[in-house]
Amino acid sequence: MGNGTPLGQVRGLGPAHEGTHHWWHQRLTAGGNLLLVLWFVVSIARLPGYDHATLTAWISSFWVAIPLALLVLSVFYHFRLGLQVAIEDYSHGPGRIAWIVLLNAFTLVAGAIALFSIFSIAFSAGAAA
Amino acid sequence: MASQPVRTRPLSPHLTAWKWGPHMLVSILHRATGDGMAVVGTIVFVWWLAALAGGEATYAGFVDTFTVSGGGLNILGYIIGIGVSWAFFQHMASGIRHLVLDTGAGFELKTNKAFAILTLVFSILATIAFWAYLLVGK
Repeated sequence: MGNGTPLGQVRGLGPAHEGTHHWWHQRLTAGGNLLLVLWFVVSIARLPGYDHATLTAWISSFWVAIPLALLVLSVFYHFRLGLQVAIEDYSHGPGRIAWIVLLNAFTLVAGAIALFSIFSIAFSAGAAA
Repeated sequence: MASQPVRTRPLSPHLTAWKWGPHMLVSILHRATGDGMAVVGTIVFVWWLAALAGGEATYAGFVDTFTVSGGGLNILGYIIGIGVSWAFFQHMASGIRHLVLDTGAGFELKTNKAFAILTLVFSILATIAFWAYLLVGK
């Protein structure tokens, strides 16, 4: 691990200033995705219908809105890490920075819309019903 | 520098140099299904949620895009529905394969090949079962 400062040797991160967190977070969110997306796929398949009233009533449930919001956090962080690797593998030169910035913007904007929509449905369905 | 002619330099052997095996296909599919879901799946998922939050009229616009007037899915609905569900099952199976490989297990040639083929068989069977349940089973 080089011959840097004693603290640097203990941290063992080297000149990149980071270690295996990308790899490890991809695995952690993979576990979260496995549970949450399987729950989502089975739940969607078992719904009695896919009209607006059925779906908003379903999402407004405590037991759906929270796992659905957790699914957005876990899946979106996971795909953010995965698309980053794809960009790093295929995009060389200055364009890479633009792609990474675009990826972060896409993830954050899509995540914000998804979370706001879930909470909007969850908090307004009681008044509408 | 600029006056020198561009010389073609030897490249390291890439895709064309290897005899194809299921592990290569599964590895490529893992990335393709993951990136595909990250782009197409995310757009449809967020559109679906936002349309639901927007009210009945907005949601009707989302539904109309993917269904025929009778209520069933149209071509676009089937392509995206079957495509994303197959991508999920394939990415899930090869993702579990990656978690096993991360422990250092499953690198023996026959085991590795069998596990790779198993992910393909699983994703096709799971997709058929999923759509059979939706269209016939319910």
